[in-house]
Amino acid sequence: MTKIKQGYYGQFGGKFIPEILWTNFDELIASYKAAKSNVSFWAEYESLMGSYSCRPTPLTYAQNLSEYLGGAQIYIKREDLNHTGAHKLNNVMGQGLLTKRMGKKRVIAETGAGQHGVATATMAAKFGFECEIYMGEIDVERQRPNVFWMEKLGAKINVVKDGTKTLKDAINAAFRDWIYSMDTTHYVLGTACGPYPFPEMVMWFQSIIGKEAKKQIMSVTGQLPDRVYACVGGGSNALGIFSGFLEDTDVELIGVEAGGKGIDSGKHAARFVSGAGEVGVAQGMKTMFLQDDEGQMRETHSVSAGLDYIGVSPILADLNEKKRVRFEVAIDDEVIEAVKLTIKKEGIIPALESAHAFAQVIKEAPDMRKDQTIIINQSGRGDKDIFIIADALGDKAWKEFIIEKAKVYCVGK
Amino acid sequence: MLENKINDLRKDKDLLLMPHLVLGYPSFGENAELIDTMVGAGAEIIEMQIPFSEPMSDGPVILKANDEALKKGANTTKCLDFAKETCAKYPDTIFVFMTYYNISFAYGISRFLEKALQAGIQGVIVPDLPHEEGEEFLFCCKEVGLSPIFIFTPTNTEERLKDVSQYCEGMVYCVGRKGVTGIKTQIDSSLDGLIKKYRKITNLPLALGFGIQDKNDIQTVTGKVDIAVIGTKILMIQQKEGIPAVGEFLKALRE
Repeated sequence: MTKIKQGYYGQFGGKFIPEILWTNFDELIASYKAAKSNVSFWAEYESLMGSYSCRPTPLTYAQNLSEYLGGAQIYIKREDLNHTGAHKLNNVMGQGLLTKRMGKKRVIAETGAGQHGVATATMAAKFGFECEIYMGEIDVERQRPNVFWMEKLGAKINVVKDGTKTLKDAINAAFRDWIYSMDTTHYVLGTACGPYPFPEMVMWFQSIIGKEAKKQIMSVTGQLPDRVYACVGGGSNALGIFSGFLEDTDVELIGVEAGGKGIDSGKHAARFVSGAGEVGVAQGMKTMFLQDDEGQMRETHSVSAGLDYIGVSPILADLNEKKRVRFEVAIDDEVIEAVKLTIKKEGIIPALESAHAFAQVIKEAPDMRKDQTIIINQSGRGDKDIFIIADALGDKAWKEFIIEKAKVYCVGK
Repeated sequence: MLENKINDLRKDKDLLLMPHLVLGYPSFGENAELIDTMVGAGAEIIEMQIPFSEPMSDGPVILKANDEALKKGANTTKCLDFAKETCAKYPDTIFVFMTYYNISFAYGISRFLEKALQAGIQGVIVPDLPHEEGEEFLFCCKEVGLSPIFIFTPTNTEERLKDVSQYCEGMVYCVGRKGVTGIKTQIDSSLDGLIKKYRKITNLPLALGFGIQDKNDIQTVTGKVDIAVIGTKILMIQQKEGIPAVGEFLKALRE
């Protein structure tokens, strides 16, 4: 990352914000920089994550999967074992500590799949903040269990009915709230996107993944891995693990985008691999977007709500341009197969998002030597997305169970 | 250029009116009818918003109009064509564009500004472009000869306002309160203080957007700012009562 000016990574990044938020961002940037230069802040953060979440998360040797694929030795970084079931909590707890330092009492957040919303609501409950979550109407419909938990955790859910009614619209809605509420409120952006300092700040909190993973692989194998794989939606889990290896140029970094129903179908969220991504400015940042010729954002598709996003971290856009990260794509069908295989071989249930990284490893590992090693970042766990995964697997018995269950409610009425 | 024109108009009038509309909503045909009504009702400046799929600083009413306009096929080319016809039809009225940065970025900044100028547009407001990010945009504005209009807000420090005013031409778009478009401002002594603060910073004409509702609001700010921006209220009247009612509303503001 060569910095041209503050908040730029090559030609990407920046801070495209309404003027009314300028002073608020000055305060946030100052607070972020103060925290970053204060050694005790990171120690406080690590200790919080050790006692409240499950850090350091283990690095699991996937012996069966490695043997089955017959190539490289595969290790899995278990971000699924974080409290609330995904890497999202790393970022959220870090921003929670910052919110406290800034003396704010209310947090807002956008959420797509609901993971970041649940993590933020959890953090708010622990720190005693008031919490409101913005979520697209379509996502509310497909992620009811997460909505349930957010509400139980005390968060107010605002259903966003604008635009495509998904993640990008929830981000706009959260910004609109912030334009009014910035004196009392911190906006906990969920991924390494948006205006500076968010991309860098979120990457910093997520770098705990890469720091641990590097130490762990060195202690197990005595050497750096050959390749590191992560799925890429906004890019926070990928940047989290990649950040541990960016300087180690022998380590190949592979980001896997959502191929949806296939690149040719046009129904995907592959900003790099599809060739359809263009440089644009929206959601406060300059990066690669899936947009039309006149700069209007397009609809995206993925089986995993967490990767279903029009933009991508400007830091990753720069790493792509510098060819430091190789981007690949996994389509919905490959992802479902990867979930099935990982469950069967390792007894581990990856989230559909994380399964994109597994799908790419399944394609590549067989062609690697047995003395080579791979790390996959398992960003989240899949079992709590049972409604989505059961549908994706087309499980007949589950469907019958839901029908019967619904009947009970109807009679009960 | 724009600054002089506004100052000339101000010689005869205490306060200029700048109503707003979203191009392509509900249709270009109705836009034309609405503009004819606005001009007939005495509006001196008209702010035309080119719709964008991510209108971050707009409130629910204008946001929905953006969505609808795009659904009905509005795009930058059509907006530029419409602007050209309209500016030619009303040579005594000042027209400015409001649009988010990606619209000009995707079209090509200098190409966009050149076309806007050729259409007869005199200023451009880009609500998500701080001047720090607008190096190319500002350079092209200068080259083409269009006024970049920046924004003063109540959260800005005096130092920041000074900084912003140096890049601004034609007029300053002043925000009366926190929040997205369409929220009513409490018109009280704090607004007076705010306007005084803005006035101290710049000699440029001040356009105030503050969720204007009626004639009383207009009287309160007359003599304090140069231009009253009327945005969301216009859309709401148009939606509820139709275009002729917008004309009556504008006329009543000055009676």
